[in-house]
Amino acid sequence: MDFPLFHLDWLNDRFLIAMIAIIHVFINHGLAVGFLPYITLLEQQGVVKSGPEDITDLAWDKMVQRMMMVGFVITTTMGAMTGVGIWFSAALISPNSIGSLIRVFYWGWFTEWIVFVSEVVFIMIYFLTWKNSNKSLRAKQRHIRFGWFLSAFSWLTMAIIVAILGFMMDPGNWVEDQSLLSALTNPIYLPQLLFRTPTAMVVAGAFGFLLIMLFTKKDSPIRPTALKTTATWVLLWLPMSILASIYYYNVIPEAMTANMSTAVGTMDFAKYYDLLKYIILIATSSLALLAIWTLWKPKKVNLIIVIIPFVLSLGFLGIFERVREFIRKPYVIGNYMYSNLIREEDYPLLQRDGILKHSTYTSITEITEENKLEAGKDVFMIACSRCHTSQGINSIIFVFEKMYGEGKPLDINSMKAYIPNMHNGRTYMPPYPGNEEELDALAHYIFYLQQSGATLEGAQSAGAHLNPTHSVEHFIEQKTKQQ
Amino acid sequence: MNNTPLPKDIPLDLPLPEWLLVILLVVSFLAHIVFVNLMVGGSIATLWAEIKGLRNKEYDILAQEIAATITVNKSLAVVLGVAPLLSINALYTIYFYTANSLTGIMWILIIPMVAIVFLLTYLHKYTWEAMANMKLLHIAINALAVAMFLFIPLIFLVNVNLMLFPEKWMSVRGFLSALALPNVFPRYFHFICASLALTGLFITWYMGRKNYPFEEYFQVFTRAKVKRIGYQLALGASVAQFLFGPIVMATLPAKGFSWSMMSVILSGVAVAVYAVYYMIKTLRGSDADLNKYFRRIVISMSIVVVFMGSGRHVYRANALNPHRELMAQKTAEFEQASKEAREQALNKQAEANEAIAAAEASGDNTAKGKAVFNNYCAACHKETSLLVGPPVTEMKEIYTDKKADLIKWIKSPGKKRPDAPQMPPFPQINDTDMEDLTQYILNIK
Ligand code: HEC
Ligand code: HEC
Repeated sequence: MDFPLFHLDWLNDRFLIAMIAIIHVFINHGLAVGFLPYITLLEQQGVVKSGPEDITDLAWDKMVQRMMMVGFVITTTMGAMTGVGIWFSAALISPNSIGSLIRVFYWGWFTEWIVFVSEVVFIMIYFLTWKNSNKSLRAKQRHIRFGWFLSAFSWLTMAIIVAILGFMMDPGNWVEDQSLLSALTNPIYLPQLLFRTPTAMVVAGAFGFLLIMLFTKKDSPIRPTALKTTATWVLLWLPMSILASIYYYNVIPEAMTANMSTAVGTMDFAKYYDLLKYIILIATSSLALLAIWTLWKPKKVNLIIVIIPFVLSLGFLGIFERVREFIRKPYVIGNYMYSNLIREEDYPLLQRDGILKHSTYTSITEITEENKLEAGKDVFMIACSRCHTSQGINSIIFVFEKMYGEGKPLDINSMKAYIPNMHNGRTYMPPYPGNEEELDALAHYIFYLQQSGATLEGAQSAGAHLNPTHSVEHFIEQKTKQQ
Repeated sequence: MNNTPLPKDIPLDLPLPEWLLVILLVVSFLAHIVFVNLMVGGSIATLWAEIKGLRNKEYDILAQEIAATITVNKSLAVVLGVAPLLSINALYTIYFYTANSLTGIMWILIIPMVAIVFLLTYLHKYTWEAMANMKLLHIAINALAVAMFLFIPLIFLVNVNLMLFPEKWMSVRGFLSALALPNVFPRYFHFICASLALTGLFITWYMGRKNYPFEEYFQVFTRAKVKRIGYQLALGASVAQFLFGPIVMATLPAKGFSWSMMSVILSGVAVAVYAVYYMIKTLRGSDADLNKYFRRIVISMSIVVVFMGSGRHVYRANALNPHRELMAQKTAEFEQASKEAREQALNKQAEANEAIAAAEASGDNTAKGKAVFNNYCAACHKETSLLVGPPVTEMKEIYTDKKADLIKWIKSPGKKRPDAPQMPPFPQINDTDMEDLTQYILNIK
């Protein structure tokens, strides 16, 4: 309405956001929040296990430093950029919601940013001073203390960003008094934090297993010790992670839970539930098995049995993120803005007048027989394109054919009967925002899409059309008339 | 001539007073751009020095020393970029996001491209010894990084430029057409020269520091020699700005110009002349005096940066303020209309409730249920004929005297008819509504 809309017509717009966000969470949790305390612990262990004359066990320390180097390089490149990428992608796809969130959360984000700058600077200091700190025991101890401090810091970064994420899922009292503080005390906050903290530690352990295998030789004496420390670390955090994930899952408000069936694309509710349980079960138990096996037979650990739980634990984290991304449907900002970027409170106006009348970027001022398809396309772009494509992932043809029969020509009247009630039937979709004529145009357009196999270009390639009643010139003309 | 869009704004207040946001924007942007300059300029300087290093080993050492700073500068460039991004998003939401959207593919490609170029710079830095025998390949890695470092700023420039000109938005079809706007390239070269100038001064400072163990690294080069290299780079690039600056001014559309903007820019130019004068003086002086004017030059160049950054903002404010003013009026009108429509809808709702009450008073006990039905079920069910699911009359046949089963079905439907799709569950219907709804279904005639 207020923006020319970017649209990825095959990949699906939500998919883009989800992909970037999930990579970011892997890196942030696995290689920063959980990783820093884990690495510091290993560094400290090197000092403890070295002889009384040595500062640290040098071979061990070298291994830990190389592990940290992986964390350092990845967090300061892909980690930092996917963090920025969440913004970029969300602003492209949901400009109104990000624009609104920034106005409400400016100070929240500003604080988060200060913490983030400090975090990156501290990580640089920690990593880049590693070599020099090996010159004296005091310097080494200072370095380790700094590592603990850094761990606390990066946890704090997460604690702040989780507040913002939590808010988007459940707005608490924000809509009433629109202030930052009320948004921060929303009910989903603590459960999320409780979930993310131990899970980050566990995922870091999974990364640790992998890196130890890569950076130590098969018969090296430090390998079994390092693996055993990692196994203990994982076993310590794993039960907390499991308990917290159950708790987190249970507090997600009921209506939102009902939407979770859509979180893994097209699967049915029951199937999805099984899948989630399955993945949690398999991922956590495979990690637990690996850890126990390591403690029992540390010399018999090989790369393959390390990689499998690693991949599964990423899957575990990924599926929770994906669920989080989806459970706030139909809202992008709970009870305030729907994911079609329309505010709940503007619905009466738009349903009365039509959405095109209030849209800046459409060439249609009045729907006629001739421009019906064009109008339908614009309605689709505004009302459906944030979640549906024309022919790609979660395409509008696919979802209608699933209801009315695959391959059969869609019935325009049935679609017209369905769409105004789609929110009641499927609560994860926002209510249909437009008026009668637009509904007719939309249904015709969907039928046309099915028959022609046509696709829909976003503003990034097709540019935008201007509604002549939404131009500066028109606005001034109206004002002149009023005088 | 209808071609300047006037959308409505995000209908929420700015998070802090506008003047404060502006200050935050300008200051944080300058901090960000300085590190971007050092990162881009540093990678170019590294490439140059490493190529020269093929013949003279000392240049290779110089290249390695400059390269060591890039990865630190790039991390700072990224993290310092977030604050201006936040501020420009808040201040110019509509303008910035529209430009992003119109150049969307390139805009989002910034993310993977920057991640890759950063990985390349690490690869380049950490393989210096390991690839000593594959020097050309090693240089090629950096050449690729430099190419990307040169391209990425162009995407940003296209966006911050496009956002200034709503009157051009309708003519844009993707990144390339936005790139073709007349003032993009002059601004771009202006930026590249600024990067080189700052990098020159940075090299002079970094390798001239007292606690920098210069003699540990270099056998032949003296501090004076490297400092001169830095000064020369800074001087050359600064002089080039006297060419690009006027071209930028000449190609900028007139709408943002004003006396205040010109006076800010021209003051900056005057200070730049002063700095250039002392750079020349230093270069012509003896090695012993290389530090003599350094502070003076750095301070005056910092002032230039502040003036240019402010002038840039004054231009933007001039260019957009009339449009923003109109947009605010339009947003207010929309809010008013929305409010009226809300009230109207509430009245209608009240009327409908009255109608139901009246129907009930006259003995019809299905009116309420019918409203519930229309709300939730009418998309797929009609009273007497098949739509997506069976008609209500058929429901009555199946469920007469089996109300509990009917409720169970509605809350979690099973799967019966082979060619029908799955009916969605309705756990959200509360008990009283459910009572009314089943009352309606089971009493249909
Ligand atoms: C918030 C995102 C969102 C928006 C906006 C949205 N949908 Fe959907 N829609 C979904 C999801 C998710 C599904 C479930 C897909 C699946 O089950 O595979 C879905 C499913 C559907 C279905 C199939 C329902 C069923 O019972 O199987 C139809 C029909 C549909 N959408 C039409 C539309 C139309 C028409 C619009 C625009 C007026 C629209 N949707 C807007 C997210 C959305
Ligand atoms: C999205 C479309 C849709 C909506 C909305 C919908 N239904 Fe259905 N309904 C169906 C379909 C399809 C069937 C057939 C299912 C089958 O046989 O597997 C059906 C079947 C039924 C049946 C027959 C069950 C049986 O035992 O044969 C009843 C009763 C029913 N619906 C009631 C309702 C009520 C009450 C509502 C509103 C609260 C509702 N439906 C909303 C699609 C829908």
